[in-house]
Amino acid sequence: MKFAVLVFPGSNCDIDCYKAVEDTIGQSVDYVWHTTTDLSAYDAILVPGGFSYGDYLRCGAIAQFANVMNEVKKAAEAGKYILGICNGFQILTEAGLLPGALIRNNGLKFVCQQEQLEVVNNNTAFTNQYSQGEMINIPIAHGEGNYYCDDATLAELKANNQIVFRYAGDTNPNGSIENIAGIRNKAGNVVGMMPHPERAVDQLMGSEDGKRMFTSILNAWREQHGAAVNG
Amino acid sequence: MAQQLTAKEPTAEQIADQKIYSQFGVSDYEYELICGFLGRKPNYTEIGVFSVMWSEHCSYKNSKPILKKFPVTGPRVLMGPGEGAGIVDIGDNQAVVFKIESHNHPSAVEPFQGAATGVGGIIRDIFSMGARPVALLNSLRFGRLENERVKYLFEHVVSGIAGYGNCIGIPTVAGEVMFDESYEGNPLVNAMCVGLIDHDKIQRGVAKGVGNPVFYVGPATGRDGIHGATFASVELSEESEEKRTAVQVGDPFMEKLVMEATLELIDSGIVLGIQDMGAAGLTCSSAEMASKAGNGLELYLDEVPQRETGMTPYEMMLSESQERMLFVVEPQHEAQAKEIFDRWGIICAKVGKVTDDGRLRLFHKGEEVADMPVKALVDECPVYDKPSKEPAYYSENAKVDTAAFAEVTDLTGALEKVLASPTVASKEWVYNQYDYMVRTSTAVQPGSDAAVVTIRGTRKALAMTTDCNGRYVYLDPEVGGRIAVAEAARNIVCSGAEPLAVTDNLNFGNPEKPEVFWQLEKSADGMSEACVILNTPVIGGNVSLYNENAKGAIYPTPVIGMVGLVHDIDHITTQGFKAEGDIIILVGETKAELGGSELQYVLEGAAAGRPPEIDLATEKKVLDAVLGAIQKGLVASAHDLSEGGIAVAVAESCISGRLGAEVALTTDLRADHLLFSESQSRILLSAKPDQAAALQALLAEQGVVHSQIGTVQGSSLTINVNGKAGIQAPVQQLEKVWKDAIPCLMK
Amino acid sequence: MKATVYVTIKQNVLDPQGTAVQGALHTLGFSEVEKVRIGKYLEVELDTTDRAEAETRIKAMCEKLFANTVVEDFRFELEG
Repeated sequence: MKFAVLVFPGSNCDIDCYKAVEDTIGQSVDYVWHTTTDLSAYDAILVPGGFSYGDYLRCGAIAQFANVMNEVKKAAEAGKYILGICNGFQILTEAGLLPGALIRNNGLKFVCQQEQLEVVNNNTAFTNQYSQGEMINIPIAHGEGNYYCDDATLAELKANNQIVFRYAGDTNPNGSIENIAGIRNKAGNVVGMMPHPERAVDQLMGSEDGKRMFTSILNAWREQHGAAVNG
Repeated sequence: MAQQLTAKEPTAEQIADQKIYSQFGVSDYEYELICGFLGRKPNYTEIGVFSVMWSEHCSYKNSKPILKKFPVTGPRVLMGPGEGAGIVDIGDNQAVVFKIESHNHPSAVEPFQGAATGVGGIIRDIFSMGARPVALLNSLRFGRLENERVKYLFEHVVSGIAGYGNCIGIPTVAGEVMFDESYEGNPLVNAMCVGLIDHDKIQRGVAKGVGNPVFYVGPATGRDGIHGATFASVELSEESEEKRTAVQVGDPFMEKLVMEATLELIDSGIVLGIQDMGAAGLTCSSAEMASKAGNGLELYLDEVPQRETGMTPYEMMLSESQERMLFVVEPQHEAQAKEIFDRWGIICAKVGKVTDDGRLRLFHKGEEVADMPVKALVDECPVYDKPSKEPAYYSENAKVDTAAFAEVTDLTGALEKVLASPTVASKEWVYNQYDYMVRTSTAVQPGSDAAVVTIRGTRKALAMTTDCNGRYVYLDPEVGGRIAVAEAARNIVCSGAEPLAVTDNLNFGNPEKPEVFWQLEKSADGMSEACVILNTPVIGGNVSLYNENAKGAIYPTPVIGMVGLVHDIDHITTQGFKAEGDIIILVGETKAELGGSELQYVLEGAAAGRPPEIDLATEKKVLDAVLGAIQKGLVASAHDLSEGGIAVAVAESCISGRLGAEVALTTDLRADHLLFSESQSRILLSAKPDQAAALQALLAEQGVVHSQIGTVQGSSLTINVNGKAGIQAPVQQLEKVWKDAIPCLMK
Repeated sequence: MKATVYVTIKQNVLDPQGTAVQGALHTLGFSEVEKVRIGKYLEVELDTTDRAEAETRIKAMCEKLFANTVVEDFRFELEG
């Protein structure tokens, strides 16, 4: 299986995503520059966190127009696995690949801390190794992770089982609607989330609950290619 | 002043006759020297260039005699003071690069940008050496947090640090924040950056090779921060608020790109010399690079990328626009260098040439506008041996009997008060705003004694901390200086690392006051002594003087930034208790030492008396023994005893470990003295029951005083003294007091 | 031609910054303040004299980049 980690000017979790793929599932992974116009070699595309283009104007607003994003859209249509983490989630919503928007945290401050998440939907390419309703620990680190969508969109998200993760700690860290931490598209091959699974792959850093997101992707891919494994 | 700077420039004659040079902080004596070096009167550009090069910030003219005291060499030191940052060998062809720097005055007038650009500047110091920055630390001091202006400064300094560090993607992993009236109106913002480098990648800021081109990279130059270096070298006053032009605006996104491109350039192996444009911008970087190579430099100012129109040579040379670097390559590598910066979308302009005449010559619109000997700019600034005098407060204070206050009987209440004191209270409100996890190497997160950052591909890790208790230094600068170094080393050891070296940030008042200079001198003596005995040479640092406000000088605050080496990640140790039944052991001796203590501050609102004594030989023995025990795997948790003494240390180990403890102490001291004394060279350890005997045997063997004081158990903290109830509270209650204190004040 | 663009958070979307500023104004005694909304202000210089064309282009810029219409509204003025 072949992974691409996109690199925009200002991406800063690209290295962490790359290392996480290497360390958790040992699959082939490349950094892919924002000017690239061909992603056909890749089975999964990770859109990493950071501050693409300084997050000036709006988080992800400028990155959505990078050349590589046309290819990401094509890949999404082709059913490839796409995971946007933090700034990557913001970029995917700006690009229209996922519904809603991420606005400023209601506390107005950047928040970096371990968060407890509920796996709301384990029937996705990214969560098949978790059990439904499982509580996992994955850190967040963002200033604009407050998920917003209108009522109609929210109803649709629910109707289609598109909510993948919810914040399950004592308090909602950013004001997200219905504690939403991560969602998927209707087809289920594109997931965006504010928490950072790539930061939760080693007990030394506080949690390894994020590992199974990567084993899930590999598992989904192998299943699709007739070689299912248990991560 | 800014308006005046951009108006028609005065002539060399007017500068002399109207003593305009004195507005730039140049004395009559210095002006005469400058005329001597030039063989004529300096023009406006030249006096501007000299004034920043000869400011305290660039020349260390007042502090040089002090800095000479520090030990700067050691078997591991690859580069000491003088370059952008010091470098220490950590084996396997790798080295650690680190430095601390202050941005106190800019932060006092514009806290967000002042702090942000402070972070940006120190990061450039690290990557201009060729190192990949891996961690940031901050040492902050503010007035009392009840004050509205202090709240404003605190809030915006923290968000400025967060804004810069989070965006550029370097984790802010540790630091300290202390609050005391003495810093009101003059907060301290010291930023430290730590980087990793392979030995063969180490760069120096030298303009090598006569005829080689000199390149400017980074955003275009504007009229930002003109005279920032001079601004840093004068006292703050009401006028300072007006001087906002001296504060620069940071762009962390731009710096991220400059950093990646620069590291790629260095990696290509074609760089001959590189230096960042920090204080005094183009002036300082060009003069220093020429000086270090023993060469001269010509700059063609029309080629300098400019953001504003009509900029004069004076303005271009003195601008402190951020995120800019200067480098030298051989002519045949020009295209290769430009290609790298092009790809990152960064301006790279050829602005000069290395010459052999030892002069810095500036050209603008076809004319030579300045011609100065490089050596005079960099090396010939007069060094002043300032008069020094013991302040009156010192001997008066020493007479105060700090143990004589009425005995505190509500010890649980006293503990809660100390835990709620913002200096001791949890700094979660601060560090949750920092991305301390990016780069996924932070093994010990903020909130323990020292942060630990792992080194990918090895079993090694780096421990890092900043420390300084300004109250101790105020009460006795020499003892306080020793303690600052010792406490840093203790924090490093408690995290399982061997202390390697120190970077220091000397924050003091106006050195022209003999009493302030005395503080500077004495504290440097104490720090030097500790650095020698603890084997931690000073590999670089920064001096920030003139930290004063209407009420006088700040507490003398020589902040110690220390880095240690964890030889194996299995040695990483944290302060939290680990398991029910673990045995608690107190290392070190407790005396009735309350001078400068947190309890004294909470009860009486000011520091008085003698600070705790420290015996450095004992300290060294304690550190060696505890590190040895940690490396042998005998220690479950380790926590340095500092502000708030035993009571606070045990409470913090309980809170961090989410476990209770039962502690019984026997003593000849008063219970409140025992619990809150801040005696030095003490460490709180816990060990598994089956390892406690081995741990105690090892400590005894090394001649280290210690005692078994209790066990980890339950969910409450109980401390009995001589069989009588002392402190008794559920850990959750203590945690709430400790965690809520700062958020409550900031609401 | 110069365009002045205002981007504001939609009325039905929470504006935490605006709420915080409103709170601060109340603390300062400006009790008459009922609501504060914070937005962005952009100045855009265009190399054209055709007003109708400028209007179309600016509107496209707003929809494509300046505003995220999921959470933001925009309006603009043209002069010159």
